[in-house]
Amino acid sequence: MTCAIRAEELRKTFRVRETASGLGGTLRSLLRPRYREVHALAGVSFALEPGEMVGFIGPNGAGKSTTIKILSGILVPDGGTCTVGGLVPWERRVEHVARLGVVFGQRTQLWWDLPVTESFDLLADIYRLDRARAARRRQELVGRLDLGPLLDVPVRQLSLGQRMRCELAAALLHEPGLLFLDEPTIGLDAPAKLAIREFLRSLNREQGVTVILTTHDLDDVEALCRRLVVIHHGRLLFDGDLDGLRARVTSERRLTVDLDGDLDPARLPGVTVVAREGRRLVLAFDPATVSAPELIARLAALAPVRDLTVEAPPIEEIVAGFYRGLDP
Amino acid sequence: MIPRQPATIGRPELALFLARFRTLVQYRAAAAAGFVTQLFWGVIRLAILAAFIDGAPAASPMTPSAIIAYVWLSQACFAMLPWNLDPEILALVRSGNVAGELVRPLGLYRQWFCRCLAARTAPPLLRGIPLLAIAWTAGDLPLPAGVATAAAWLAALAGAALLCATFATLMNVCLLFTLSGDGINGLMAAVVTLGSGLILPLPFLPDGWQRVLEILPFRGMVDAPFRLYGGDLPLTALGSILAHQAAWILILGAAGWWLCRAAERRMTVQGG
Ligand SMILES: Nc1ncnc2c1ncn2[C@@H]1O[C@H](COP(=O)(O)OP(=O)(O)O)[C@@H](O)[C@H]1O
Ligand SMILES: [Mg+2]
Repeated sequence: MTCAIRAEELRKTFRVRETASGLGGTLRSLLRPRYREVHALAGVSFALEPGEMVGFIGPNGAGKSTTIKILSGILVPDGGTCTVGGLVPWERRVEHVARLGVVFGQRTQLWWDLPVTESFDLLADIYRLDRARAARRRQELVGRLDLGPLLDVPVRQLSLGQRMRCELAAALLHEPGLLFLDEPTIGLDAPAKLAIREFLRSLNREQGVTVILTTHDLDDVEALCRRLVVIHHGRLLFDGDLDGLRARVTSERRLTVDLDGDLDPARLPGVTVVAREGRRLVLAFDPATVSAPELIARLAALAPVRDLTVEAPPIEEIVAGFYRGLDP
Repeated sequence: MIPRQPATIGRPELALFLARFRTLVQYRAAAAAGFVTQLFWGVIRLAILAAFIDGAPAASPMTPSAIIAYVWLSQACFAMLPWNLDPEILALVRSGNVAGELVRPLGLYRQWFCRCLAARTAPPLLRGIPLLAIAWTAGDLPLPAGVATAAAWLAALAGAALLCATFATLMNVCLLFTLSGDGINGLMAAVVTLGSGLILPLPFLPDGWQRVLEILPFRGMVDAPFRLYGGDLPLTALGSILAHQAAWILILGAAGWWLCRAAERRMTVQGG
């Protein structure tokens, strides 16, 4: 089944009640409430092909969760259109969510008081799954996400990382072709993040599940998504791959060298020092002015080099640079 | 996608109800506290009613044994009355965790009805059975006059449980429009306890009130089933009691379902 997504000019405005401070302010806002409009989405358009895995990034309040809620059918936009696999999510919600997996990283969709295994049984009943097939699928997910030891634990007793693995399994029991993840790695430690990334990668590659994930952790995007969408103030500002975003911000490269002697960087034209730590030097250069081989040759002529690497600046800096360029 | 299993009408609803029921049955401490409170209030209510009729026994609208039955049965079933919002639904709506229910392929009304039915049956069973056992043995609560009376009582009780759950679901749906449950909670507590006969058995109320309460749904929650038990209402009244309950279940259910659909369309799920 194709589950391509098409969103056009999605808009959502929230009216937030303003409460003035002080007793007088409280009374005034009781008598004549004042509202402030928050444009959570101010016209967002994008399209996804089946099998894509796309990362939505953007600062807090950018509109990422609002987008996911609309795509999931649990929030009705004020304007614009959207179809997911041919259905308008909020018009046919029950039908729509039956073929969809959703995980909201900041909330649980499991039953707090029930052991994990009972939550899974309950989901199989709610989705009216064929029992034999659901049991096979469940076994597969338990194996891949290493949930065996957690099955009899009540959800309330799980650590965040354990719970998130269970949430993923719960969202996938009914074999949806589409998975929406709102901050799935928020608050997790490094091993838990790696486990979840590994799982999502294989889910997308091997089973062709279409994935949209929102995140703050740009490593998620770098590790998982060929395509990246940047949302800011409810607008879509970039849609493309990481190299494209990099090119928009800077062409800068970084050269890290470990030296066996001393070096005066002033003798290397076209280079700025980013960091210096003992005999390790991090230099920034623009490949358009001086190419990497050229720079390395000059460097080697000046001082004995023990080790060196050339990299693009880390993704955090790229994205920070991108945001800086937006709010002058 | 996994193919759906055919011919399993009610499978999701039954599973949700049972899961919630089992969870509620585990709340033993709440049950013990509720049991003690209900026992205490039962004794107080009986003392007040006794003082009330002692003045003029002939004028009492109910016989002493019917009063005793009414009081103990309504204390035992207190937790069945929809006098408050479901605290968990309140938390779900306030925190936005209701998103978790909205992404399941089942209408919100059905999910909440299952929750409410469990909430209106598990706690009263847990507290009510020991309370009845005590009232039967130590509190001179008479047993039903015969098998037919017992069966009629149980039938009306089942209708009452459904009616209570339907009313509770409607109240919880109203929450979607306000977010703050305080107003709804206060109103529910007042109307339900008075209208159902929990504060004062309905036959003690003035005639004008009784004529109104006769029509309103609350009579079907406490008053009617328990007057059947105590013989204050004849067995032949069972048909009209069940019809009254069924009519209100349909009306309140339709209203709740319709409001819920309207709310789902304009609802903003809280939080990111
Ligand atoms: N239920 C709501 N009521 C009022 N304002 C909201 C609500 N949900 C989101 N917002 C506002 O909409 C904007 C976008 O929010 P959101 O989509 O959650 O951002 P993100 O997930 O990118 O951090 C924010 O300014 C937020 O305050
Ligand atoms: Mg968010």
